[in-house]
Amino acid sequence: MSNIKNGKGVIGWIDYRLPIFSTLQHTLVDYPTPKNLNYWWNFGSLAGIFLLIQIITGIVLAMHYTPSVEGAFASIEHIMRDVNYGWLIRYIHMNGASFFFIVVYIHIFRGLYYGSYKSPREVLWWLGLTILLLMMATAFMGYVLPWGQMSFWGATVITNLFSAVPIVGTAVVEWLWGGFAVDNALLNRFFALHYLFPFLIVGVVILHIVALHTHGSNNPLGIDRKGPQDSIPFHPYYTIKDLFGLSFVLTIFAAVVFYAPDYLGHPDNYIPADPLKTPAHIVPEWYFLPFYAILRAVPDKLGGVIAMISAILILFALPWLDTSKVRSATFRPIYKKFFWFLLIDVIILTWVGGSPAEGHFILIGRLATIYYFAHFIIFMPIIGIIETPKPLPNSISEAVLKKPIKDGT
Amino acid sequence: MKNYYKIPKIFFISFILLNLFLSNLFAAGPDGNITKMKFSFDGIFGVIDKASARRGLQVYNEICAGCHSLEHVSYRNLLDIGFSNDQVKEFASQFEVTAEPDSDGEVNMRSAIPSDKFVSPYQNDNQAKAMNNGAIPPDLSLIIKARAGGASYFYSLLKGYEDPPEDKELSNGYYNIAYPGNVIAMPQPLYGDDVEYADGTEATMEQEIIDLVSFLTWTGQPELNDRKSMGFRVFLFLVFMTSVLFLSYRKIWKKIKG
Repeated sequence: MSNIKNGKGVIGWIDYRLPIFSTLQHTLVDYPTPKNLNYWWNFGSLAGIFLLIQIITGIVLAMHYTPSVEGAFASIEHIMRDVNYGWLIRYIHMNGASFFFIVVYIHIFRGLYYGSYKSPREVLWWLGLTILLLMMATAFMGYVLPWGQMSFWGATVITNLFSAVPIVGTAVVEWLWGGFAVDNALLNRFFALHYLFPFLIVGVVILHIVALHTHGSNNPLGIDRKGPQDSIPFHPYYTIKDLFGLSFVLTIFAAVVFYAPDYLGHPDNYIPADPLKTPAHIVPEWYFLPFYAILRAVPDKLGGVIAMISAILILFALPWLDTSKVRSATFRPIYKKFFWFLLIDVIILTWVGGSPAEGHFILIGRLATIYYFAHFIIFMPIIGIIETPKPLPNSISEAVLKKPIKDGT
Repeated sequence: MKNYYKIPKIFFISFILLNLFLSNLFAAGPDGNITKMKFSFDGIFGVIDKASARRGLQVYNEICAGCHSLEHVSYRNLLDIGFSNDQVKEFASQFEVTAEPDSDGEVNMRSAIPSDKFVSPYQNDNQAKAMNNGAIPPDLSLIIKARAGGASYFYSLLKGYEDPPEDKELSNGYYNIAYPGNVIAMPQPLYGDDVEYADGTEATMEQEIIDLVSFLTWTGQPELNDRKSMGFRVFLFLVFMTSVLFLSYRKIWKKIKG
């Protein structure tokens, strides 16, 4: 490794001309990291690994998949039956998407709890939200590819949302479809874009990491590092911790892939798409359910679409909606409670999104939607002003040397 | 030792999350009246009973195949449930498929070979509709995976034919307690003694249904046995790996945590 710096050897020769090895050394080995990160900081690297798993399995699947309305469904069954270990690759890809979202949602809620979006990490936060939006588009288009009943009707419902746009709505929808119905043209472009978007995500992930490494990781205390005594090198301390976390999550992942591979999917997607037969309940994948609940909570179509989009866009404004200077909820007694209320609210929205839009679900969905927006627009700014934070420790190493602070997680 | 408290917490939270996703919370349950059954292929070590699946093929072939196709399955796949090469060839040869055009451009029929897919009872979808009051009988390859409730639903459906209640109007269909809406277009297919099993098993209605469920679970998930045995080995490896990595983590961090 010392060859990198003194320019000797093959690695040193290359690095002198293209500093790829010193960059890797800096990012994955030397990178000074706060010494007090807890397990919630494992989820960033986990998300990166699930992205990689999705790309690798996805490329293999694309080698055997047929993007046409006649051939798509049968080509998936060809993968499941005739391709060597095709069933394994497809089940990893299907469930990998779900786990990617689980991991990313935990990563986002960790950011909300510890104030990771606050100065100087606003751009880092925006890049993360951009990744989330790209992920959602990718996952939605991927779910359409098997061309089962839920693929077809999900695509129909979601693309039809654009018809809510005033004046140009119908034109936009026909442009998206490449025709006058959800058909072959749409399936082909969704396949092309489903292959493209993950690489856009990789690009934004690189920017996300550059932004992260500019000011370094936030930490559970939410205070800035005062000196070298507060940091430890990324390797070996966080490489081993991330590997342990990865292995643990992969164990759960394996349990789902091998023993309940279709559980997170919908049985209707094993019925080939039939434009003349609408399924009894059209439900999106579980990771879209909170947003689906918000969409349906607003009685007006355009209003619903705006509410659904705003539910994510509002997160971009978080650095200014949160008026508190204290990052970590550990020292914010009121905000901490509201954080958990928000989490419960999102779980309620998920539940409502997966239930039929009738009876008391309509009312619960509306109240939960109002609460979701109230949390960000009303409670967050007010709490930051009225709350008296607990005293912050002077430094990370001081807090680490003392009894570890019991934070509310 | 003081940092061990973090481990149970994250285990606990992961466990809750896993349960949340594996619970029926988000999945729309089946609508009809379903008996939850225990089959040979349930559970971590459950496998498809191949003898039962072979009998199930006989039930499919003699009863269901008149109306229902099995388009994703090839005859050669039958090797997986314990048929011999010759048995598969013989079984396939009783069906006819359209051959490739010959040197004069004539299209003839030939008997099926193991690499052919199961031959559909219909020439095309329109014929299927014309023969069945306008609705195509569903293909059975994936039927167990494609219905909420899976194998238990399928079992309950085949057993669920009853006399309709007085007030129920049945214009074109049959009363079935397991079917969503209770009116199904398919008449009761199995009554018991519908087939004479080649292996001498008594063909009660219960036996026929269970055999058919075994067969159709296999057609839907031909990888099931491999998947579960591989899954168990992968799981054991990962548990071992996780423990080793956890101990390494503890050792490496000793310097920091003291």
